[in-house]
Amino acid sequence: MFDFEIVTSWLHEALTSVMSEGLAVLIECVLVGLGIITLYAIFAMIMIYLERKVCAFFQCRLGPDRVGKWGLLQVICDVLKMMTKEVVNFRQTDRLLHHAAPFLVVTASMVTFACLPWNKGAQIIDFNVGVFFFLAVSSIGVVGILLAGWSANNKYSLIGAMRAGAQIISYELSIGMVMLTMICLTGTMSFSEICDQQATLGWNIFRGHIPALLAFVIYLIAGNAECNRGPFDMPEAESELTAGYHTEYSGMDFGYYYLAEYMNLFICAGIASTIFLGGWAPLVIPGLDGFNAAMAVVPGCVWFLAKVFFVLMLLLWERWTFPRLRIDQLLKLEWKYMLPMSMTVLVIMALCVSFGLTF
Amino acid sequence: MNFTLFVTALLTGILFVAVVTVLAKLLAPRSYNAQKEEPYECGIPTRGNSWMQFRVGYYLFAILFLMFDVETMFLFPWATVMHSLGSAALLCVAVFLFILVLGLAYAWRKGALEWQ
Repeated sequence: MFDFEIVTSWLHEALTSVMSEGLAVLIECVLVGLGIITLYAIFAMIMIYLERKVCAFFQCRLGPDRVGKWGLLQVICDVLKMMTKEVVNFRQTDRLLHHAAPFLVVTASMVTFACLPWNKGAQIIDFNVGVFFFLAVSSIGVVGILLAGWSANNKYSLIGAMRAGAQIISYELSIGMVMLTMICLTGTMSFSEICDQQATLGWNIFRGHIPALLAFVIYLIAGNAECNRGPFDMPEAESELTAGYHTEYSGMDFGYYYLAEYMNLFICAGIASTIFLGGWAPLVIPGLDGFNAAMAVVPGCVWFLAKVFFVLMLLLWERWTFPRLRIDQLLKLEWKYMLPMSMTVLVIMALCVSFGLTF
Repeated sequence: MNFTLFVTALLTGILFVAVVTVLAKLLAPRSYNAQKEEPYECGIPTRGNSWMQFRVGYYLFAILFLMFDVETMFLFPWATVMHSLGSAALLCVAVFLFILVLGLAYAWRKGALEWQ
């Protein structure tokens, strides 16, 4: 398996040989920042195109097909259009909060994006409390959403933001519980260690068998709710609230929310593939050395992206299959079904691990 | 090193939004119109302010969330080291979880989970 750390340490040595340590770190940080923005933009474009195409195929339509071959340039045109649209400032809004909200949403999604393990050694932020850090940062996004709705001084925005807030914090509980379940199994919170472990012992979803599978299903449901999508798109129910919390945003200010929403979906899928499906780890069956060696030929980032897009397809499938829930049904689903269920899964997993019933 | 990278990611996010906002300001046209500055509520003139009292149900769920979120926070350290702690810790956490489930059951029974 190719270790990306070879590249980073080579770069660091090359830089420190010609300049001082501090300057080298500064240049590396700039490179990392540019890398984050590039990946973020590329994957946002892929995601938006994918969503529109897949949604169209689910509904027996063609989707975008006019701009470029198969409509491939559609997203670039959308970006250009958003950039050149007027940003309307409303009379009654709270200007400061209204413009501060996109910063929170985008920054939260960018920092969580940097947590994803792309390849062995190619992880930007790798705390030893990685999962915990991820949960902490991802919940900053909801502050941005609440601010956006509240500062707009618009009833639709306010209702949308309140619904989004209630929904996101509720489903965050299930996400937290599910992550807790998987941490019981792995015994570490660092994403890189979780991946390393799965590269030798096999993927967590196989190691944890029944409880892990249940946790994965709960994660898929709660993940869609976290991203305000699918059957849980109450906050922006376009038929009743026009656009929910971002009704009053126009031009690029709206674009940030659009971007962050899709990237949150990508991050959600990325974390699911890291925690359950092994991240960059190839398919490993302990004992079958020849098979493992054959699987390790495929680079880690290919494995990672393949898993991410697999989970994304599951999430899209879920989104376009189920009808939208009402707010009371939505909260009932979380508090009366998913929360007790995820607690039960946690207990089952704890028992399985302590009695050695995992692989 | 990790904190440097974390700050880098944070600054990247902030700078990204700042630069794109400035760029959009330069590119986008601007025009003034008194009607345009009204809040958009599907064409009907807005009545009153939107910064008003809001349904208490949402806040109730926020309070309940707080309770369970703190619970998960306490459970994280246990989950990390549970391999080495053994059955005594498992029992303690079972009691802890039981008390919390009792809390949920109480809220449920009181009708705090109903949407009125």
